[in-house]
Amino acid sequence: MDDALYFSEQHLAVREMVREFARDEVAPVAARLDADAKFPWANVKRMGELGLLGVPWPEELGGAGLDLVSYMIVIEELAKVDASHGLTVSAHTTLGTSPIVHFGSDEQKRRFVPFLASGRVMGGFGLTEPDAGSDAGGTRTTAVRRGDRYVLNGSKRFITHGSVGEIFVVTAVTAPGQGTSGISSFILTKPTGDPDGAKAVGIGHEPSLPAMRGFRAGKKEDKLGWRASDTAELIMEDVEVPAENRLGEEGRGFKNFMRTLDAGRIGIGALSLGIAEGAFDEALKYTAVRKQFGQPIARFQGVHFQLSDMATEIEAGRHLVFHAAWLAQNGKPFGREAAMAKLFCSELAMRTTIKSLQLHGGYGYTKDYPIERMMRDAKICEIGEGTSEIQRIVIARSLLKDLLD
Amino acid sequence: MKIAVCIKRVPDMESRFKIAASGTAIDETGLKYDISDFDAYAVEVALQINEKAGAGETTVICLGPDAVQETIRKALSMGAEKGVQLRADAVPADSLAIARALAAELKDGGYELILFGKHALDTMTGGAGTMAAELLGLPCLTAASRLEVTGARATARRELEGAAELLEFPLPAVVTIDEGIARPRYPSLKGIMAAKKKPLDVKPAQLGSVRVSVEKMELPAERPPGRIVGTGPDAVPELVRLLQTEAKVL
Repeated sequence: MDDALYFSEQHLAVREMVREFARDEVAPVAARLDADAKFPWANVKRMGELGLLGVPWPEELGGAGLDLVSYMIVIEELAKVDASHGLTVSAHTTLGTSPIVHFGSDEQKRRFVPFLASGRVMGGFGLTEPDAGSDAGGTRTTAVRRGDRYVLNGSKRFITHGSVGEIFVVTAVTAPGQGTSGISSFILTKPTGDPDGAKAVGIGHEPSLPAMRGFRAGKKEDKLGWRASDTAELIMEDVEVPAENRLGEEGRGFKNFMRTLDAGRIGIGALSLGIAEGAFDEALKYTAVRKQFGQPIARFQGVHFQLSDMATEIEAGRHLVFHAAWLAQNGKPFGREAAMAKLFCSELAMRTTIKSLQLHGGYGYTKDYPIERMMRDAKICEIGEGTSEIQRIVIARSLLKDLLD
Repeated sequence: MKIAVCIKRVPDMESRFKIAASGTAIDETGLKYDISDFDAYAVEVALQINEKAGAGETTVICLGPDAVQETIRKALSMGAEKGVQLRADAVPADSLAIARALAAELKDGGYELILFGKHALDTMTGGAGTMAAELLGLPCLTAASRLEVTGARATARRELEGAAELLEFPLPAVVTIDEGIARPRYPSLKGIMAAKKKPLDVKPAQLGSVRVSVEKMELPAERPPGRIVGTGPDAVPELVRLLQTEAKVL
């Protein structure tokens, strides 16, 4: 890709820094963290210090004040080496922080965003429920107004940072029977579920955040991939939430999280792209040194075809991701392009990791090489933050909007 | 304190090098460049000294074509306050010429400490620092693995074969930095943003007469392929004989 099309000198400096960080700090620990399903507290602390946990937020809110393209570069470069680190940044920033930045009152922003943007505590977003995933309208969690508070009941599933995190935006039904217009969102806080891990590095817990009674993490998921990323259930039992913690007006919850998901899709696109690029780099390195029939297998035409296809598709994916980011950055409509970037790159990540593993032969199937981890990490990209099928529906809706309405 | 760090832009040493058509330089096409490792340690040392003191100013100086501005910006994004490019079409092979240009810049800068990497990763001459010290008439200490400043004096440690020495010297002085002294920080996103606004002066490099030049550059000969002497205990005597007579390592 011609770097000048989307990237300034500053973007390249950001890329260089994150690339070095990923190579020196993330790559050496990625396999271990994956095997142990351990949240990377030490690196999360470092990422916070470098500004990577609040890339696009204004400096007055504790962010780095960079643009969306820089933010995508950060996710992409981390995911090249380890998808879990990329997801930690993406889920924390887009899902955990952006709803407060975009829809919060000045008071809410001042109170919560600096803790998140600096990496003081981890944040998350509670949308998916046992009976509401792709159909977010099926939300069962309820919020009943009682004086100056709401009482929340329900549970949320597959919540990134559900256990380790402290600040969450969750959706709940405030007006039953009104479908998606009856959904509102709230800011909930709880102490981290991993106080020892947090204590060891000196971040992850902020004593001034209220421990809301009845709000806690449930089961931590044991996953195929993204194993160093924390995924858990969130349980709410008669949680009393002050009305000042309601995010935006009542009934705006659904509309708001649709916007959050639109932006999140570019992030998962960048993450998927990173996985594909990392898998391709591994294929390139391996086929150049692996000898069969007296020569490196990269000399065989069959391997050329594979490498060329991978590289070409990756190039296409980069344009989709950075074009969508550029549109969003420049205030243009980007929903369709974001869905296209997410759809194409998540499937690209799956295809590329499978091809790369095949080129590695039996070695690729072992834990001695990172490619099997990359393949496991790729699969969820086709599912999380809107399945591939949902992306196709989003794209089709935008194509047919004027024709069928 | 006012500290100057002289840095060099060098190719990534893990690149696959080719000799350029001229036969006297490496082919720069497709190479990635970065600050030389020892120079990055020196920048880190300077930043730490001033952070500890709570005040001070670090200036990075780099000689070379305009491409070195990227390297200077990196040091600025790590936290150095000022950058100076001594513009030259290329970095000459004559260490004395380089030292002369650097000394001319350093002379009136009022620096209390002048740091270099112990040598550049690409050419490994290690001459510019010591020669600049001589031209400036300053005490010089090479390959410091630790450096501490107290008032107008400093102490440094040097690693020797199986031992170490501690040295004490007055400032201003020139110190060249060894590895292991400090791990260079990553530029933070704030640092990268701030670097754009920091001053970067460009001046012509006063090299004087350049008397040393590269006549020819060649790549090392390909290593002969390995040989399997045999398998099992029976092969040991022959292996030992070859290690003694051919490889001469026993």
